[in-house]
Amino acid sequence: MALILNEDEKMLRDAAGGFVADKAPVKALRSLRDNKDETGFDRALWSEMADMGFAGVLIGEDNGGVGMGFVAAGLIAEQMGRNLTASPFLSTAVLAATALGKAGSAAQKSEWLGKIASGDTIMALAVDEGRKHNPNSLETSAERSGNGFKLNGAKSMVIDGHVADQFIVAAKTSGGTTLFLVDPKSQGLTTTRTDMIDARNAAKLVLDNVEVTSDAVIGEVDGGGEVLSHVLNAGRAVVGAELVGASSKAFEDTTDYIRERKQFGTEIGRFQALQHRSSHLYTELEIARSAMLSALSALDEQSPDSDLVIAMAKAKIGSVAKLASQEGVQMHGGVGMTDEYDIGLYMKRIRVAQELFGDAHYHMEQIAKAKGI
Amino acid sequence: MSDLDTFKTETRAWLEANCPAEMRTPMTSDHDICWGGRNYKPSSEAQKLWLERMGAKGWTTPTWPKEYGGGGLSKAEAKILAKEMARINARSPLSSFGIWMLGPALLKFGNEAQKREHLPPIIRGEIRWCQGYSEPSAGSDLAALATKCEDKGDHFLVNGQKVWTSYADEADWIFCLVRTDPKAKKHDGISFVLFDMETPGVEAKPIKLISGKSPFCETFFEDVKVRKDQLVGELNKGWTIAKYLLTHEREMISGQGQEVARPISEVTAGLVGLEDGKLADPMLRTKVIEAEIDDWAFAQTIRRKLGEAKAGASLGADSSMLKYYGTELNKRRYELMMDAGGYDSLEWGGEGGMASMWLRTKGNSIEGGTTEVQLNIISKHILKLPGS
Repeated sequence: MALILNEDEKMLRDAAGGFVADKAPVKALRSLRDNKDETGFDRALWSEMADMGFAGVLIGEDNGGVGMGFVAAGLIAEQMGRNLTASPFLSTAVLAATALGKAGSAAQKSEWLGKIASGDTIMALAVDEGRKHNPNSLETSAERSGNGFKLNGAKSMVIDGHVADQFIVAAKTSGGTTLFLVDPKSQGLTTTRTDMIDARNAAKLVLDNVEVTSDAVIGEVDGGGEVLSHVLNAGRAVVGAELVGASSKAFEDTTDYIRERKQFGTEIGRFQALQHRSSHLYTELEIARSAMLSALSALDEQSPDSDLVIAMAKAKIGSVAKLASQEGVQMHGGVGMTDEYDIGLYMKRIRVAQELFGDAHYHMEQIAKAKGI
Repeated sequence: MSDLDTFKTETRAWLEANCPAEMRTPMTSDHDICWGGRNYKPSSEAQKLWLERMGAKGWTTPTWPKEYGGGGLSKAEAKILAKEMARINARSPLSSFGIWMLGPALLKFGNEAQKREHLPPIIRGEIRWCQGYSEPSAGSDLAALATKCEDKGDHFLVNGQKVWTSYADEADWIFCLVRTDPKAKKHDGISFVLFDMETPGVEAKPIKLISGKSPFCETFFEDVKVRKDQLVGELNKGWTIAKYLLTHEREMISGQGQEVARPISEVTAGLVGLEDGKLADPMLRTKVIEAEIDDWAFAQTIRRKLGEAKAGASLGADSSMLKYYGTELNKRRYELMMDAGGYDSLEWGGEGGMASMWLRTKGNSIEGGTTEVQLNIISKHILKLPGS
């Protein structure tokens, strides 16, 4: 497993970094937030990102993508994390593309993957239901009805749900979990955008006897559990990369601040109380970065340890990112509490991203089970 | 067949013919470690033979130049040798501060005569070295060291005291930091000298630790005469060599025990037991999993950093990060094992028992530069925070 970036990967990182810093920096997110933008991201910019290959990073060339793999997707997400870039990258280019790429029928792939890669289709994954991520006990159900299925239930934390052109809904079927493609305009489906602390997109869905045909099934009926687990792993690894980006930038902003800020007649960065905490955080961030690269590589290499490696990575990165945001606000002092400084925005995004697809506690429980304790 | 393939075939055959069967079994105690030296008492004939054969071939130091008795191997060849040795579970033929510490420093800073005098006996395991760095008043502030070294014309005269000198009571020679200019700024008046531990005026006394016996000594120098040709590098420029060796030492300490340690989940499960398939102590279970995640993530970090260092980037101050995290993690590991063992772990199980090992880990974040010093180094050299 290579934890060191090759030249192509470094070029991609630098290109993506330059692009999002220029086109979608933190002030772009502020403007989306302050203008109560209805889409929640810039559609024209997503089109440009698609031209850069971001939207098709996990889609093979035969389906119109660039097929660069998970390390590449992670490097893009890391740069977006640094800039708090709002885009449908996670929902569409990562989660939906992975689901369809892994289990979609030939017809589903040819219908959707090209449009995802070109940036024309936004697709959202509807998995979680309650307060916390818990994909192993879904209550949303799909019952056979005529030539298809009838879906009932409620979904929460559906990223980009209110602007999706198509949903992938995970539901309980008689013998397991099944994934369905669902049109947002379906009868009985209500979508409500939720106003999130990080000013990013999420929605709640209610499914009331929503009918779909059997063509809407992704993969096998009752066979969606394994697909879903792979899709969620992809999401965890890529969100992990976003978190490493966001927390690294929060840390850099913080060390920049304490180098300049003067109290008691001197820069506060001279104080050992702050220096040691900064050095500790630097160390934790380096360790989180190794975890991130291990998780992304495990997916690319289809490692048999993927589940465990990704659980460990998401748990570790989530905890480190929280520490980085908390230390960030604290070391900024009073201005860290103001909306004017970016550090608070990082704290909000980190709070959300560490919760997505399982927080540290969730993954620690999975790890404990895997280790037999 | 490429040259490397030929090398591999030949190496395999040589090891097959020359590594005694006894030297292909795991070491069972510290007595199995071969330190060499004048007073070397082989634990077995096989150990002696193995050292002689590897020493004669220079493979105790595979990449050191042939002209000094080293193996003269390229990095790729040395990697093959290591792999082939691991394949047959061959023991390391020689453990030595000469190999780990002094040798690299001599190759970098020593003059030709010094290399010719000292490297061959290190390679063959004939001379055992110790390191004279810390002093009672110069621990974290190592550069405050005060052991006096005066120029007496045809020799130097050394007076003072070292402490935490590992194996000083068993070593043949010492590489030692001494103060040669008491008037200069503290980093500018230090020199790096070598002398025989049998020189009159040298005395070493072992230190007993909270964990029991230890290799550490207090070492006293009273009017010790040192040959002038045993000054390594320039007079008063010894701090450069000291820094080089400290970085080297930190890298070694941070990687220790990584591969061999049993997972904490396994150890604690053995001590506490399971209830419904879960560790019977739920609060401990959480901490064990946290530590295990950190263990894994740290191992990935060592791999990544060593990989980057091989690719040309210098490890530099990142060795402080590894030393800091690795030693703190090791302390956590032993605290958890003690928690899991409860009353049972409080019985003195002798040297090498759990209690003694737990106590010993407390020194990990002190020796080789304390945790606080490592954090200072990161602040200064990596984060470039002001005035640190």
